[in-house]
Parts: sequence; structure tokens; C-alpha cells
Amino acid sequence: MANTPRQKLMWSIGILVVVLYALFPVAWIVSLSLKKPDQLGDKKFFSGVSFKNYDQIFKTSDFTHALVNSIGIAAIATFIAIVLAAMAAYALSRLDFAGKALILSGALAVAMFPAISIVGSLFQLWRNIGIYDTWIGLIIPYLTFALPLAIYTLSAFFREIPWELEQAAQVDGATPFQAFQKVIVPLAAPGVFTAAILVFIFAWNDFIFANTLTSSNSARTVPAALAFFTGGSQFQQPVGAVAAAAVVVTIPIIIMVLIFQRRIVAGLTAGAVKG
Amino acid sequence: MADITLDHVTKRYPDGYEAVKDMSLTIEDGEFVILVGPSGCGKSTALRMVAGLEDITDGELRIGDEVVNEKAPKDRDIAMVFQNYALYPHMTVRDNMGFALKLRGAPKEEINQKVEEAARILDLTQHLDRKPANLSGGQRQRVAMGRAIVRDPKAFLMDEPLSNLDAKLRVQMRTEVSRIQDRLGTTTIYVTHDQTEAMTLGDRVAVMRAGILQQVGSPMQLYNNPLNLFVAGFIGSPAMNFMPVHVSGDSVKLPFGEVRLPQSLRERLGRQAEGRQLIAGIRPESFEDASLVGDARDRGLTFRARIEVLESMGSELYAHFSVEAEAVESKELQELAEDAGGGEVPSSGEEGRIVARLEPASRVKQGEEAELWVDADRLHLFDPGSGASLTTDGDGDAGERLRRGREQEEAQAESQPESPATEAPS
Repeated sequence: MANTPRQKLMWSIGILVVVLYALFPVAWIVSLSLKKPDQLGDKKFFSGVSFKNYDQIFKTSDFTHALVNSIGIAAIATFIAIVLAAMAAYALSRLDFAGKALILSGALAVAMFPAISIVGSLFQLWRNIGIYDTWIGLIIPYLTFALPLAIYTLSAFFREIPWELEQAAQVDGATPFQAFQKVIVPLAAPGVFTAAILVFIFAWNDFIFANTLTSSNSARTVPAALAFFTGGSQFQQPVGAVAAAAVVVTIPIIIMVLIFQRRIVAGLTAGAVKG
Repeated sequence: MADITLDHVTKRYPDGYEAVKDMSLTIEDGEFVILVGPSGCGKSTALRMVAGLEDITDGELRIGDEVVNEKAPKDRDIAMVFQNYALYPHMTVRDNMGFALKLRGAPKEEINQKVEEAARILDLTQHLDRKPANLSGGQRQRVAMGRAIVRDPKAFLMDEPLSNLDAKLRVQMRTEVSRIQDRLGTTTIYVTHDQTEAMTLGDRVAVMRAGILQQVGSPMQLYNNPLNLFVAGFIGSPAMNFMPVHVSGDSVKLPFGEVRLPQSLRERLGRQAEGRQLIAGIRPESFEDASLVGDARDRGLTFRARIEVLESMGSELYAHFSVEAEAVESKELQELAEDAGGGEVPSSGEEGRIVARLEPASRVKQGEEAELWVDADRLHLFDPGSGASLTTDGDGDAGERLRRGREQEEAQAESQPESPATEAPS
């Protein structure tokens, strides 16, 4: 590709442009979060480092509560989704049963469904049955929308595991569940990881459900909580605090993606080409 | 250890296709039995039924004295070696081999001791802590064997365990398998499509075709006394030569001349064969360079043929020549030809190509006419309709068999045109 110095230069410039384009908003938020309140409007990219905004958000219970909610809800939703999806995907990839096509197309339909079209009715329903503004009230819709994704990812992995391995385990004296647990799941671990990360990110990033189905600190997650931030005083803009909170919620995702990026890529392309 | 009995076992798939039809076979305790046949003949299905990986539609399967039809694979106490080895990729060689014992809840020291002993037998000791991905094909194969050995099961089931190895390793491992089975004395069923493996490995060989057991016997029995065209053509390499012949009186008219049938053959044949067209089978080694035959000349036929190709193996010569012959129609031969990749067996027989095995001392030259001799004592004759051998000592006399063959054929023709053999997993 890059043979001559000229080509190398062009490539470098191209890559730089793309990276700048992608990272500029992030950099801007980081820069905002590091400013003092009176520097917010100074139109400079960098005007000293101050952690005042971070101090402030961690002192307000709004943010810390939201952070706990976010982590808890996303983690529980991920765990349940992976357990259910692993079993469903295993059945879908291994067994022939009536309604298999129906389940697959149903899952696909759910994945395609626009979330905005159901939040209204969910809002009413949740209030009537009393799970409005609770963790479970958010976990249920997250599960619903994350399961198809997890099932598809996992069944792609299960399909690649040869039948014989399981049969070998059965002949070796394993019950079907032992074969699943000791042979299939460890082999599909990269897939399980991938699915877990994708589900977690989905739940972590969601704004629509979190904003509609919560009303207080008891279940509001960070993306929704950001919208309700107020400044230190009535006349102060909460821009700095919002920026700091935005940076904080981004950090876990960045760390996770950096650690698992190989697995995520491998997971997304699994089943595409026979390895 | 135990004997295994298949008692009229049938496998029928939901779509009605019968992969194994009414198979009865007893494998004695400690015996090494080979199931052999072309792909799709039901041999693997039969093995998988013994393992419990396929349900048995009809009949009874006994291991020891126990009927195991309804038992799960894990409760049958058998070990299986798969064609692709099916090693657990996430476990080390040690864990792979010890997996079954661990599931059984054996104490750690016992597992270690057994695994190490098996590793010693299989020469795997220095690889115990490696993962299967880092092993060569031959080593993986041995791990798969080791996984079976460690268990000390009632029986070993092997599904084409050597077919993924290259030719040289296969020969080496063949000896190894034979040595291990001999040493352990465990009842073994071994499935293969390779007739050489079948001939060299087993105490007894069971030949299958289209789900039906054709003949069971020691390798030499199958070789010398095949019960039908299929077994005759399948066993032996190079394969038996087939050609259409006419029987008239005491003699039989081969494409390259007429030869008097020996007394023993005549008696077995009886009157039924008179005037009919039959198929003759002659093994390559039943031919010889006429100049090397000596006294035996008059119990055979001497003829001249132009040698088209001469292959020298050092210890023997293979002379290929053609004969003018009428068309031979036989379903079994056609099937054999298809299995061999076509062309090896002259199924249509328009111009039958014959392979003769000659002594290396022969002076025969490629492209020249040579005088060859064929031993009439070692002639096989088959009924073209049923494919049954008319010259092999079996149940009943040949005439009887010939008549039965014809009846069978007619019955078959009456009951619907045979459905095209569905491609079944081999």
C-alpha cells in the first residue's frame, strides 16, 4: 500500500483527518470538563486543568446514584441476557424443533423494532403494574432488545463447534448438560464475551428507556441523569458538570473495548468465513 | 469387556430411508471386527447405533448380556474414536485423556496414573501438557486413541480413525492400532472404507452394501470365497477382473478362449448354469506368464494378449490388457465402479480391461503380444442377476442359490422400481 514516501505521507494525512474527525467531539468534551466555570465561554480549546467539575459531580448524589444504577442495571441485564441467549442459541444451532424458524424471525423482528414506538405504552403499563422507576422496569426492556443480538452472536459461535465434540463428551460419560457446560461453553467463551460486551454497551448507552421509565434517583441511569443536571447555583450553566459526567460514563466503555477489541472483532465476524 | 450383539437391527430415518437393514452380527469378547463398505453403505450408522449416538428403529442391541437400545451413550461404557478425532481444543492432552475419568469422579492420582500409562503406550509422554492445536495429525490421532484406552471400556468403536492421515502415517498407525488392540484385548469395532485396512487389521471383516450385511468372515475367507459379486469386487487390490462368460457343457467360454471347468467347479455349478450367461471373476494373481507355469498348464487356459501397460512393482508385475467382451449389466458392479471413482471395474464391459499379476521373472514387454495363462481352478462364477457366487461353498448348493437368486430378482422387479439410493452419511 504505502510504498513510496509520497504515498506514506498521503496515507498518514488521510488517517490523521479521520482520527481528528472522530475524536474531536470527545476531545472537546474532555477539554470542557477540565475548565473552570468562568472559562467555559472563552472559546479556547485549552485553558488550564481544573478538576472542579469532577469534584462537583461526585459530590452530588444525582450522579453517584445514577452511576450505581447504570452499573447495576447494565450488569444484571447482561448476565440474564447471556444465560438465556446461550441456552436459546445452543438449541437453535443444535436441535431441529417445530417453531425454530419462527423464533429466529421473531428475534430478528424484535431487533429491528424501533424502541421509540413502545416507550409510550410501556410508560403507562409500568405505572399500572408498579414497576415504573425501578431497576426491573429498565432491565426488562433492555433484555428484550439485547437478546436477539446476543442470540445471533452466540449461535454463530455454537454452529462452528463440531457436533462430534459433544458426542465425544457424551460417549466419555457426560450428561448433555455436562457436555454443554464443560465442552461447548468454554469453546464458545470468545462468543460469550463478545455478546456480553455488546449487551452491556447497549444497556449502558440507552437513553430513551432510561429517560422515559424513570422519575427519580432510584433507577435513573447516567445518560438520563445528565439531562437533569443543574449548575452549582440557579444562574450557573451545568455545562462543565455535564461534560465531566459524560467523560466519566465513557471511560468504562473505552477500557472495555480496548481490552476486548480483538474478541469483539472476532465475534462480529465469526461465522462469516469458515476459519 | 464384553461381546456385542446386533440382533436384526434396523435404522430407518423419518423420511423412510433405511440406512441399515435387518443387521445381525455378533462380535465376540475381545474380537477385532471391521465394518467395511463404500461410503453410504450404513457402516458408520451401524457403529453410531452401537455407540448410542443414533436411535435404533428396530431390533435389539446387546452389550454383554444387557439390552442397551434405550441407554444413553454415557451409560454404555464404550469408547469411541472419531474420524476427526474430536479432541477438546481447550484442554491439554492430559485433560483430554483424563476427561472421562474425571466425569466418573475418579481420584486424581488414579487419573494421573492411568493417563501416564496410556501416554507411555502411545509415546505421548512429552506432549501431555500441550494443547491439541499444537500437535501433528499423527499425534492427535494417538491422543484420540489414548482417550479411549484410558477408560478401559467394554468396547472400542473406531469410525475411520486413520482416514485423515497421510498415506505413510496411515500404514504406521495401522500397525499401532493392531498392536494396541492385541495388547489390551478389548472388543473392537472398526469402520473403514479402505479394504486394505479391513484385510490387514481385523480378526473378522463384515462387508456392507446399501445397508445390508453382505458377508462376514476372516479376511482370507472373504478373499478366497466371496459370496457375491460385490464382496468379490470390493475385497482385493487390484480388484478382481470381471467378464461375461457362457457355460456350455463342461467348459466355459471366456472372452479370450474356452476352458474346461475343473471337476469341483462343475459339481458345484450343477445343471442350472447350462447355456446361461454368467459373470466370471478372475483375480489378477490367477494369471501368469505362460512360460513360467510349467506342469500346471493343462488345468488352465493359455492365450495371447497384447500388453498395453506393464507396471513393475519390483516384487511383481502388473500387466494390463483388453479383451473383447459383450456388455455386462450388474447393479453391484456399477456401484463398485462408482465407489472406485469410475473406470476401475469394467461394468459395461464393452471392452473389458484386465489386470494380471505376473512373476517378476516374466519377460513380458509393454506394447508386445505375450502368452498368458489363467488358472481355471481359481475361477469365480457369479449369477448376473442376483450377483450371488455360484462357485463358493456356502449354504446350499450353487444350483439352489442360482434359482433363489432369480426368484429374488423377480420379486424385486415386481415390487416398485427401486428408489434411487439416497446419499446417506457414511
